[in-house]
Amino acid sequence: MDKKNIKEIEKEMKLANKGLSEKEKTLFSDARPKTVRPLNKYLEKFLNWARAESLWILGFGTGCGAIELRPLMTARYDMFRYGIAPRPTPRQSCVFVIGGYASMKTIKRIVRSYEQMQGPKFVIALGSCTINGGMYYDSYNTINRIDHYIPVDIYIAGCMPRPESLIAGFDKLKEKIKANECDGMNKYVENFDWYKKNQKRVIKDWNMPDYNW
Amino acid sequence: MKQLLNRIKDKIEIEFLKQRDDLYFINVEEKHIIFLLSYLKEQEEFTHLSFLQAVDYNEYNMFQLTYMLYNYETKVNLGIKVIIDREKSEMTSIHKLWPHAWQFQRELHELYGINFPGSPRVNESFVLEGWEEIPPMRRDFDTKKYSEKTFYQRPGRYTKNPKDYMKEKLYKNFVEPPKIRRKDDE
Repeated sequence: MDKKNIKEIEKEMKLANKGLSEKEKTLFSDARPKTVRPLNKYLEKFLNWARAESLWILGFGTGCGAIELRPLMTARYDMFRYGIAPRPTPRQSCVFVIGGYASMKTIKRIVRSYEQMQGPKFVIALGSCTINGGMYYDSYNTINRIDHYIPVDIYIAGCMPRPESLIAGFDKLKEKIKANECDGMNKYVENFDWYKKNQKRVIKDWNMPDYNW
Repeated sequence: MKQLLNRIKDKIEIEFLKQRDDLYFINVEEKHIIFLLSYLKEQEEFTHLSFLQAVDYNEYNMFQLTYMLYNYETKVNLGIKVIIDREKSEMTSIHKLWPHAWQFQRELHELYGINFPGSPRVNESFVLEGWEEIPPMRRDFDTKKYSEKTFYQRPGRYTKNPKDYMKEKLYKNFVEPPKIRRKDDE
């Protein structure tokens, strides 16, 4: 067999869903995620411009950094003038803001929420805890590098970053989207097994499907 | 407060410590704890259990539990300290006196490994889901080693000795003062 054929077969392989019981396996999908190819050049450019100008963030405060998102919504910083608005559920939003440290209990929810979001989706990680663990680098409960578990587009350093730097981070994200550099979703699909291996190393009781739709 | 202590002292042996005007501590033996707590709750109006926490004294092979009570009438905090064996690490449950104590006991069971037989839902996980090591708040658990083993470290993290670093940064041109010789030194 050719190498190409093996790869294609592997891609069509179904997920094991080992964490589910036999009864639950029938309820969840076992298909692998697929890469999304960009459309033709000019249409994609137009779409990227449209995506960059309306960012819907998922209101999921995972850590102490979520406190910095509140002043962004109020009149003083007013993120609505930049085309950024909060949404309550993952299925309706396209930017996932990870606010600060992610504990071992939260990373399970982060993975679930990230996989439920519809593409194109972007991730902003704020606070030094998400970069290298920050002041909790030796804690038994804090994830040190968030980019080993989900792909991250923009990091905002600080402990905690001020709302101004958050706005700067959103500006940077807009530039990256317009330049067609935010390819985290496809990166996640291509390295799917590596991400899953890392996630399962931390989440010991995996009682959810391997990929949520 | 003195009268209250005398009333308790008539019944059981206690050690007593005054920290502030509204904060007192009582050391009591393990066998008297249920009697003392129910007496304070029913007779002396310490109706509120603020928290229940543990301290791990690894070197003395014991846990110290602190029950913090509050009296709404006199506005006095009263902490009751009990010492229990670390090997056995078992304590009588007080969820029948204060129903919300089951939550504290569940937390202590997970983080310190102290067992409370009969307490509702005590075996459910509180913050650590699927934990396989020894309870993390015990002092013989090496949290840094565990973190290095489980998570991925980002290279490039280094620490500076704050004394040397500040000396270099603030007093770069600092010259050591010349030593003055005195006749006494010689």
